[in-house]
Amino acid sequence: MLKIKNLKASINNKEILKGINLEVKPGEVHAIMGPNGSGKSTLAAVLAGNEVFEVTEGEITYLGEDLLNLSVEKRASKGIFLGFQYPIEIPGVSMVNFMKSAVNEQRKTRGEEPLTASAFLKLMREKKEIVELEAKLTNRSVNEGFSGGEKKKNEIFQMAMLEPKLAILDETDSGLDIDALRIVANGINKLKTKDNATIVITHYQRLLDYIVPDFVHILYNGRIVKTAGKELALELEEKGYDWIKSQID
Amino acid sequence: MEWGWGEALKNNQMKDIKDINQKYIDLYTKNKDILHSNSSEFVNQIREKAFGAFQTLGIPTKSNEEYKYTDLSNTFSKDYTNYLNKKCENLNIESIFKCDVINLDADVFYLSKGWYQNTEKIKTYNNGVIIGSLKAVSEKYPDIFNKHYSKYADCTKDGLVALNTSLAQDGLFIYVPKNVKAEKPIQLINLLLDNNDEFSNVRNLFIIEDNAKVDIIFCNDSLTENTFLTNSVTEIFVGENAHLNYHKVQNDHNKSSNISSTFIHQSANSNVESVTISLIGGLIRNNLTVVLDGKGANNNTYGISLADKKQHMDNYSFIHHKEAHCDSAQLFKNILDDSATGAFNGKVLVDRNAQKTNALQSNKNILLANNAKMNTKPQLIIYADDVKCSHGATVGQLDESAMFYMRARGIGKKEAKMLLMYAFAFEIIGKIKVEELRNNIEDLVIRRLNGELGLCKNCSQRVIN
Ligand SMILES: Nc1ncnc2c1ncn2[C@@H]1O[C@H](COP(=O)(O)OP(=O)(O)O)[C@@H](O)[C@H]1O
Ligand SMILES: [Mg+2]
Repeated sequence: MLKIKNLKASINNKEILKGINLEVKPGEVHAIMGPNGSGKSTLAAVLAGNEVFEVTEGEITYLGEDLLNLSVEKRASKGIFLGFQYPIEIPGVSMVNFMKSAVNEQRKTRGEEPLTASAFLKLMREKKEIVELEAKLTNRSVNEGFSGGEKKKNEIFQMAMLEPKLAILDETDSGLDIDALRIVANGINKLKTKDNATIVITHYQRLLDYIVPDFVHILYNGRIVKTAGKELALELEEKGYDWIKSQID
Repeated sequence: MEWGWGEALKNNQMKDIKDINQKYIDLYTKNKDILHSNSSEFVNQIREKAFGAFQTLGIPTKSNEEYKYTDLSNTFSKDYTNYLNKKCENLNIESIFKCDVINLDADVFYLSKGWYQNTEKIKTYNNGVIIGSLKAVSEKYPDIFNKHYSKYADCTKDGLVALNTSLAQDGLFIYVPKNVKAEKPIQLINLLLDNNDEFSNVRNLFIIEDNAKVDIIFCNDSLTENTFLTNSVTEIFVGENAHLNYHKVQNDHNKSSNISSTFIHQSANSNVESVTISLIGGLIRNNLTVVLDGKGANNNTYGISLADKKQHMDNYSFIHHKEAHCDSAQLFKNILDDSATGAFNGKVLVDRNAQKTNALQSNKNILLANNAKMNTKPQLIIYADDVKCSHGATVGQLDESAMFYMRARGIGKKEAKMLLMYAFAFEIIGKIKVEELRNNIEDLVIRRLNGELGLCKNCSQRVIN
């Protein structure tokens, strides 16, 4: 589904990703862990197509296509979803209008008819339940006045609405209390099928108690320095990031 | 020598503006008899005084601090047809042009070239409301008229007000007596629909007495592609505890210049909300003067200008807090594209005895293109010590992180941009109290932001030749 080869990316001439290799197949769950500032969010942003970062080397194939040639919105309509570490507040744009535009713009790009108003509202109602998102939140402006936990739930709600093929969830677990974490993790699990894939970026092992990864990668200083099964997360939890650092540096 | 060049240029401009001023002085002198024969003795006395003032003041130039961002010389130097006598319209505007703001149930009055057009010269209502031709009212109800006419728009301070007071003969008059709540919104539509380039002076006077309440909508529409220059003055008196919701919509075209001066005089505990929507116009200059002349008066002023191509839109406001316990809030916004220019020049003056004043002034702008330009100058002048005043201005591009967030959800660039611009504009549009008007303006603004012309759906099919 996704093949990343020797990916290098920089911002303001500062190299952040220094040769990433990663392959993700349908149905798989990959966890990417690593200390702060190692480039996890940068990798997520580059996959989503954020033009702030410059890809200087390497290639990314997604569903057989050269991903780097596609615009941000094209990638989204082809099934790439980025759950933001810091969801953006957009005052004045209501959640309803935002979601309606997102769903229908994606449908348009795929050559599908827009949803009727009633079909759209029905879809909203169903998907809100998945993450137990309070009804009142969808009447507000996008993320405006949402608590940290509500913002993260809102990301998963949007994911549920858009049904992506490849979801990249950037620290969706951080800042959540244990109840919210359970709700968010259950939401992610409910959306899991044998055809879609998930990359969860996380700091802590605790999310992985709910979402069981097939692979755990450790990203450090712009490179994937270790890949193993789910046991790696536990080992990391036990020994801390200094263990990795001491092995590399 | 460089010095010589500069001086020569300056002399040239001086000469130009002198010629321009002379043109308008001649216009008055040559037509003095016509002007005087059309108006009451009272109006003519003021006319003479205003003309005297105009001879000294002239058309404001950029060296005038209050007009430093707007060059009027170009639009005033053009040649126009002036209708100093009412032109015999062989078209009946009321039947040809019907502004159907969808579902808006309003009392509608039309002006063309400043002249009042409805067949009924003066409409009187059972509740005492009087609406009609300014000229007709000045003759029929001199007591009410003379008490207020030219009392708020000082014709000795600003050359444009002086010029208007010298030349204007007609416009709309509205009188809402004490304790009366007007049943329907009153809509004034000033139409430019000639096949001549024309200069017109519109003069309105609205009197809202104590404890009265009314919604007024003032629409400006250019229907033919000629070059137009409109210089309008609107005086509004708001009595104690009276309520006014005032809306101004400017929907002209690239060849029109619309200069619109509004003077609002507020008595104690009165409430005024005004919203100005500048959709299209080659040059738009809005002057707003608000005098809070009684304790507890409240004024909220909102405006949004959407300019592209080479359009220029300038909002000047002067809010004068004369008495204690008054609140004023201003929010002006601009969205500027292409090489459009915008300006905001706002002044809040708080007199020494205007304690417990709350005054807010804010100007927010979005520039969509590198060549678009915004000049902003919010000012507070405070002589009282117990006040809460704040002001600020921002100029920026569309929020990049919000753009990325939306695009990452599959929303195309164009649509994402629309959503952000619309959200920006809606902070102003949402203030429109008359629901049908608000819906219509929403629709117009979306069409405008999409690059379609601003004419209302209904009017665009009915452009008059
Ligand atoms: N917009 C940016 N401008 C400049 N530097 C950035 C920007 N975004 C990230 N970086 C830098 O890139 C590095 C990696 O950041 P990030 O990808 O956010 O790491 P992580 O998500 O693993 O904590 C950090 O050194 C950070 O300072
Ligand atoms: Mg991060």
